[in-house]
Amino acid sequence: MENFTPYSSLLGGIILGVASTLLLMAGRIAGISGILSYLIPPQSGDALWRVLFIAGLIVGAAAYPLFGGDMSFLNANPYQLSDNAHYVLLIIAGLLVGAGTYVGAGCTSGHGVCGLGRLSLRSLTAVMSFMAVAVVTVFVMRTVVGG
Amino acid sequence: MFNIISLISGLLFGFGLALSGMVSPSKVVGFLDLTGNWDPSLAFVMGGGVLVTVISFRYILKQPSPFFGKEFKLPTKTDLDKYLISGAVLFGLGWGLGGLCPGPALSSLAYGNPKIFAFVGAMVGGILIAKALTGAF
Repeated sequence: MENFTPYSSLLGGIILGVASTLLLMAGRIAGISGILSYLIPPQSGDALWRVLFIAGLIVGAAAYPLFGGDMSFLNANPYQLSDNAHYVLLIIAGLLVGAGTYVGAGCTSGHGVCGLGRLSLRSLTAVMSFMAVAVVTVFVMRTVVGG
Repeated sequence: MFNIISLISGLLFGFGLALSGMVSPSKVVGFLDLTGNWDPSLAFVMGGGVLVTVISFRYILKQPSPFFGKEFKLPTKTDLDKYLISGAVLFGLGWGLGGLCPGPALSSLAYGNPKIFAFVGAMVGGILIAKALTGAF
Protein backbone atom coordinates (compact mmCIF):
# COMPACT_ATOMS: atom_id res chain seq x y z
CA MET A 1 0.00 0.00 0.00
CA GLU A 2 3.00 2.33 -0.41
CA ASN A 3 1.09 4.44 -2.99
CA PHE A 4 -1.84 5.13 -0.64
CA THR A 5 -2.55 8.88 -0.22
CA PRO A 6 -5.35 9.07 2.38
CA TYR A 7 -5.19 12.80 3.15
CA SER A 8 -4.89 14.32 -0.33
CA SER A 9 -7.45 11.83 -1.70
CA LEU A 10 -9.96 12.54 1.07
CA LEU A 11 -9.47 16.30 0.71
CA GLY A 12 -9.72 16.04 -3.08
CA GLY A 13 -12.91 14.00 -2.69
CA ILE A 14 -14.40 16.60 -0.34
CA ILE A 15 -13.62 19.29 -2.95
CA LEU A 16 -15.48 17.17 -5.56
CA GLY A 17 -18.42 17.05 -3.15
CA VAL A 18 -18.34 20.83 -2.68
CA ALA A 19 -18.13 21.37 -6.47
CA SER A 20 -21.13 19.03 -6.97
CA THR A 21 -23.03 20.88 -4.22
CA LEU A 22 -22.39 24.19 -5.94
CA LEU A 23 -23.65 22.92 -9.29
CA LEU A 24 -26.78 21.43 -7.68
CA MET A 25 -27.39 24.88 -6.17
CA ALA A 26 -27.62 25.95 -9.82
CA GLY A 27 -30.06 23.10 -10.46
CA ARG A 28 -27.73 20.63 -12.22
CA ILE A 29 -26.09 17.30 -11.46
CA ALA A 30 -22.28 17.35 -11.80
CA GLY A 31 -22.07 14.25 -13.97
CA ILE A 32 -19.13 14.74 -16.31
CA SER A 33 -20.22 12.18 -18.92
CA GLY A 34 -23.68 13.78 -19.12
CA ILE A 35 -22.27 17.30 -19.27
CA LEU A 36 -20.10 16.20 -22.22
CA SER A 37 -22.52 13.94 -24.09
CA TYR A 38 -25.34 16.50 -24.30
CA LEU A 39 -22.82 18.89 -25.83
CA ILE A 40 -22.41 16.53 -28.81
CA PRO A 41 -23.86 18.18 -30.81
CA PRO A 42 -24.39 21.49 -28.91
CA GLN A 43 -28.03 22.50 -28.32
CA SER A 44 -28.81 26.21 -28.39
CA GLY A 45 -29.44 27.64 -24.92
CA ASP A 46 -27.99 24.57 -23.20
CA ALA A 47 -24.36 24.63 -24.33
CA LEU A 48 -22.64 27.53 -22.54
CA TRP A 49 -22.80 26.15 -18.98
CA ARG A 50 -21.47 22.81 -20.23
CA VAL A 51 -18.55 24.45 -22.09
CA LEU A 52 -17.74 26.61 -19.06
CA PHE A 53 -17.79 23.60 -16.71
CA ILE A 54 -15.42 21.63 -18.96
CA ALA A 55 -13.15 24.69 -19.38
CA GLY A 56 -13.17 24.93 -15.57
CA LEU A 57 -12.13 21.27 -15.27
CA ILE A 58 -9.11 21.87 -17.50
CA VAL A 59 -8.05 25.16 -15.86
CA GLY A 60 -8.61 23.72 -12.36
CA ALA A 61 -6.41 20.73 -13.17
CA ALA A 62 -3.82 23.04 -14.77
CA ALA A 63 -3.64 25.01 -11.50
CA TYR A 64 -2.66 21.92 -9.51
CA PRO A 65 1.09 21.96 -10.36
CA LEU A 66 1.18 25.69 -9.52
CA PHE A 67 0.38 24.65 -5.94
CA GLY A 68 3.35 22.29 -5.96
CA GLY A 69 1.36 19.19 -6.91
CA ASP A 70 3.16 15.96 -7.73
CA MET A 71 3.18 15.46 -11.52
CA SER A 72 4.80 12.03 -11.68
CA PHE A 73 1.51 10.56 -12.97
CA LEU A 74 2.10 12.15 -16.40
CA ASN A 75 3.92 9.06 -17.61
CA ALA A 76 1.39 6.68 -16.05
CA ASN A 77 1.24 3.42 -17.99
CA PRO A 78 -0.45 0.98 -15.58
CA TYR A 79 0.25 -2.17 -17.60
CA GLN A 80 3.79 -1.16 -18.71
CA LEU A 81 2.87 -1.42 -22.39
CA SER A 82 4.86 -0.16 -25.35
CA ASP A 83 3.81 3.31 -26.51
CA ASN A 84 1.97 1.98 -29.57
CA ALA A 85 0.13 -0.71 -27.61
CA HIS A 86 -0.80 1.86 -24.95
CA TYR A 87 -2.33 4.12 -27.64
CA VAL A 88 -4.38 1.23 -29.03
CA LEU A 89 -5.56 0.27 -25.53
CA LEU A 90 -6.50 3.88 -24.69
CA ILE A 91 -8.51 4.25 -27.93
CA ILE A 92 -10.44 1.03 -27.20
CA ALA A 93 -10.93 2.18 -23.58
CA GLY A 94 -12.10 5.63 -24.71
CA LEU A 95 -14.70 4.17 -27.10
CA LEU A 96 -16.03 1.91 -24.31
CA VAL A 97 -16.08 4.71 -21.72
CA GLY A 98 -17.86 7.11 -24.10
CA ALA A 99 -20.48 4.59 -25.25
CA GLY A 100 -20.90 2.99 -21.81
CA THR A 101 -21.43 6.21 -19.88
CA TYR A 102 -23.93 7.46 -22.49
CA VAL A 103 -25.95 4.23 -22.49
CA GLY A 104 -25.66 3.82 -18.69
CA ALA A 105 -26.47 7.51 -18.09
CA GLY A 106 -23.50 8.31 -15.92
CA CYS A 107 -19.98 7.70 -14.68
CA THR A 108 -18.00 7.94 -11.44
CA SER A 109 -19.12 11.54 -10.87
CA GLY A 110 -22.81 11.45 -11.86
CA HIS A 111 -23.62 8.00 -10.49
CA GLY A 112 -20.83 8.00 -7.89
CA VAL A 113 -20.40 11.33 -6.10
CA CYS A 114 -23.85 12.75 -7.00
CA GLY A 115 -26.10 9.68 -7.44
CA LEU A 116 -24.98 8.04 -4.19
CA GLY A 117 -25.47 11.41 -2.48
CA ARG A 118 -29.08 11.41 -3.74
CA LEU A 119 -29.46 7.83 -2.43
CA SER A 120 -30.45 6.73 -5.96
CA LEU A 121 -30.90 2.97 -6.35
CA ARG A 122 -30.09 3.27 -10.07
CA SER A 123 -26.79 4.95 -9.25
CA LEU A 124 -25.90 2.41 -6.56
CA THR A 125 -26.59 -0.38 -9.06
CA ALA A 126 -24.49 1.34 -11.74
CA VAL A 127 -21.56 1.99 -9.36
CA MET A 128 -21.51 -1.61 -8.12
CA SER A 129 -21.73 -2.89 -11.71
CA PHE A 130 -18.95 -0.76 -13.21
CA MET A 131 -16.69 -1.25 -10.17
CA ALA A 132 -17.10 -5.04 -10.32
CA VAL A 133 -16.47 -5.17 -14.08
CA ALA A 134 -13.45 -2.86 -13.76
CA VAL A 135 -11.94 -5.02 -10.96
CA VAL A 136 -12.33 -8.15 -13.10
CA THR A 137 -10.89 -6.29 -16.13
CA VAL A 138 -7.79 -5.23 -14.19
CA PHE A 139 -7.36 -8.75 -12.81
CA VAL A 140 -7.48 -10.22 -16.32
CA MET A 141 -5.11 -7.56 -17.69
CA ARG A 142 -2.62 -8.12 -14.85
CA THR A 143 -2.80 -11.88 -15.43
CA VAL A 144 -2.49 -11.72 -19.22
CA VAL A 145 -0.38 -8.60 -19.81
CA GLY A 146 1.28 -8.04 -16.42
CA GLY A 147 2.69 -4.65 -15.49
CA MET B 1 -25.05 33.75 -12.55
CA PHE B 2 -25.89 30.13 -13.49
CA ASN B 3 -23.04 30.05 -16.01
CA ILE B 4 -20.52 31.56 -13.58
CA ILE B 5 -21.47 28.99 -10.91
CA SER B 6 -20.94 26.25 -13.51
CA LEU B 7 -17.46 27.61 -14.28
CA ILE B 8 -16.53 27.79 -10.57
CA SER B 9 -17.86 24.27 -10.00
CA GLY B 10 -15.76 23.02 -12.93
CA LEU B 11 -12.64 24.76 -11.59
CA LEU B 12 -13.07 23.15 -8.17
CA PHE B 13 -13.86 19.78 -9.73
CA GLY B 14 -10.74 19.83 -11.94
CA PHE B 15 -8.50 20.85 -9.04
CA GLY B 16 -10.11 18.26 -6.76
CA LEU B 17 -9.53 15.48 -9.30
CA ALA B 18 -5.86 16.44 -9.63
CA LEU B 19 -5.33 16.75 -5.85
CA SER B 20 -7.09 13.44 -5.17
CA GLY B 21 -4.73 11.61 -7.56
CA MET B 22 -7.58 10.48 -9.83
CA VAL B 23 -5.89 12.02 -12.89
CA SER B 24 -3.36 9.18 -12.61
CA PRO B 25 -4.47 6.04 -14.49
CA SER B 26 -1.92 4.05 -12.45
CA LYS B 27 -3.58 5.16 -9.22
CA VAL B 28 -7.06 4.21 -10.49
CA VAL B 29 -5.84 0.81 -11.69
CA GLY B 30 -4.02 0.45 -8.33
CA PHE B 31 -7.40 0.73 -6.60
CA LEU B 32 -9.07 -1.76 -8.93
CA ASP B 33 -6.16 -4.21 -8.53
CA LEU B 34 -7.51 -5.93 -5.41
CA THR B 35 -5.16 -8.91 -5.63
CA GLY B 36 -2.05 -6.81 -6.41
CA ASN B 37 -0.40 -3.89 -4.64
CA TRP B 38 -3.76 -2.40 -3.57
CA ASP B 39 -4.12 1.38 -3.23
CA PRO B 40 -7.36 2.28 -1.36
CA SER B 41 -7.13 6.01 -2.25
CA LEU B 42 -10.09 5.99 -4.69
CA ALA B 43 -12.42 4.85 -1.91
CA PHE B 44 -11.35 7.92 0.09
CA VAL B 45 -12.06 10.18 -2.90
CA MET B 46 -15.52 8.71 -3.45
CA GLY B 47 -16.14 8.63 0.30
CA GLY B 48 -15.11 12.26 0.78
CA GLY B 49 -17.33 13.35 -2.10
CA VAL B 50 -20.39 11.38 -0.97
CA LEU B 51 -19.88 12.53 2.64
CA VAL B 52 -20.51 16.09 1.40
CA THR B 53 -23.26 15.39 -1.14
CA VAL B 54 -25.32 13.08 1.07
CA ILE B 55 -25.76 15.98 3.51
CA SER B 56 -25.86 18.97 1.13
CA PHE B 57 -28.10 17.40 -1.56
CA ARG B 58 -30.78 16.56 0.99
CA TYR B 59 -30.94 20.20 2.09
CA ILE B 60 -30.72 21.71 -1.41
CA LEU B 61 -33.39 19.43 -2.90
CA LYS B 62 -35.85 20.43 -0.15
CA GLN B 63 -35.90 23.94 -1.59
CA PRO B 64 -38.63 24.71 -4.15
CA SER B 65 -36.03 25.98 -6.66
CA PRO B 66 -32.23 26.17 -6.88
CA PHE B 67 -30.39 29.21 -5.44
CA PHE B 68 -28.69 30.04 -8.74
CA GLY B 69 -31.21 28.88 -11.32
CA LYS B 70 -34.87 28.58 -12.29
CA GLU B 71 -35.45 24.85 -11.81
CA PHE B 72 -33.79 21.58 -10.88
CA LYS B 73 -32.93 19.35 -13.84
CA LEU B 74 -32.60 15.92 -12.28
CA PRO B 75 -32.64 12.36 -13.62
CA THR B 76 -36.23 11.09 -13.69
CA LYS B 77 -35.75 7.37 -14.33
CA THR B 78 -36.09 5.06 -11.33
CA ASP B 79 -36.13 1.56 -12.87
CA LEU B 80 -33.06 -0.65 -13.20
CA ASP B 81 -33.29 -1.22 -16.96
CA LYS B 82 -31.02 -3.07 -19.36
CA TYR B 83 -29.46 0.20 -20.55
CA LEU B 84 -28.27 1.12 -17.06
CA ILE B 85 -26.62 -2.24 -16.48
CA SER B 86 -25.18 -2.79 -19.97
CA GLY B 87 -23.85 0.79 -20.06
CA ALA B 88 -22.22 0.34 -16.65
CA VAL B 89 -20.64 -2.93 -17.84
CA LEU B 90 -19.17 -1.27 -20.96
CA PHE B 91 -17.94 1.66 -18.88
CA GLY B 92 -16.36 -0.65 -16.28
CA LEU B 93 -14.53 -2.51 -19.02
CA GLY B 94 -13.13 0.71 -20.52
CA TRP B 95 -12.30 2.14 -17.09
CA GLY B 96 -10.32 -0.96 -16.13
CA LEU B 97 -8.44 -1.01 -19.45
CA GLY B 98 -7.51 2.68 -19.55
CA GLY B 99 -7.62 3.74 -15.89
CA LEU B 100 -9.47 6.86 -17.03
CA CYS B 101 -13.07 7.98 -16.56
CA PRO B 102 -14.59 11.09 -18.19
CA GLY B 103 -13.75 13.68 -15.47
CA PRO B 104 -10.05 12.89 -15.09
CA ALA B 105 -9.70 12.45 -18.88
CA LEU B 106 -11.13 15.90 -19.67
CA SER B 107 -9.20 17.51 -16.78
CA SER B 108 -5.92 15.93 -17.92
CA LEU B 109 -6.21 17.69 -21.29
CA ALA B 110 -4.53 20.48 -19.26
CA TYR B 111 -1.23 18.58 -19.24
CA GLY B 112 -0.86 18.26 -23.02
CA ASN B 113 -0.23 14.49 -23.08
CA PRO B 114 -1.07 13.18 -26.60
CA LYS B 115 -2.30 9.87 -25.13
CA ILE B 116 -5.01 11.76 -23.25
CA PHE B 117 -6.08 13.51 -26.47
CA ALA B 118 -6.37 10.10 -28.15
CA PHE B 119 -8.50 8.80 -25.26
CA VAL B 120 -10.80 11.86 -25.24
CA GLY B 121 -11.17 11.70 -29.03
CA ALA B 122 -12.16 8.03 -28.78
CA MET B 123 -14.54 8.84 -25.91
CA VAL B 124 -16.33 11.43 -28.07
CA GLY B 125 -16.44 8.83 -30.84
CA GLY B 126 -17.96 6.32 -28.40
CA ILE B 127 -20.69 8.81 -27.45
CA LEU B 128 -21.47 9.46 -31.13
CA ILE B 129 -21.64 5.72 -31.90
CA ALA B 130 -23.89 5.07 -28.88
CA LYS B 131 -26.19 7.96 -29.84
CA ALA B 132 -26.42 6.66 -33.41
CA LEU B 133 -27.17 3.09 -32.29
CA THR B 134 -29.76 4.10 -29.69
CA GLY B 135 -31.47 6.41 -32.16
CA ALA B 136 -30.76 9.64 -30.32
CA PHE B 137 -30.04 11.40 -33.62
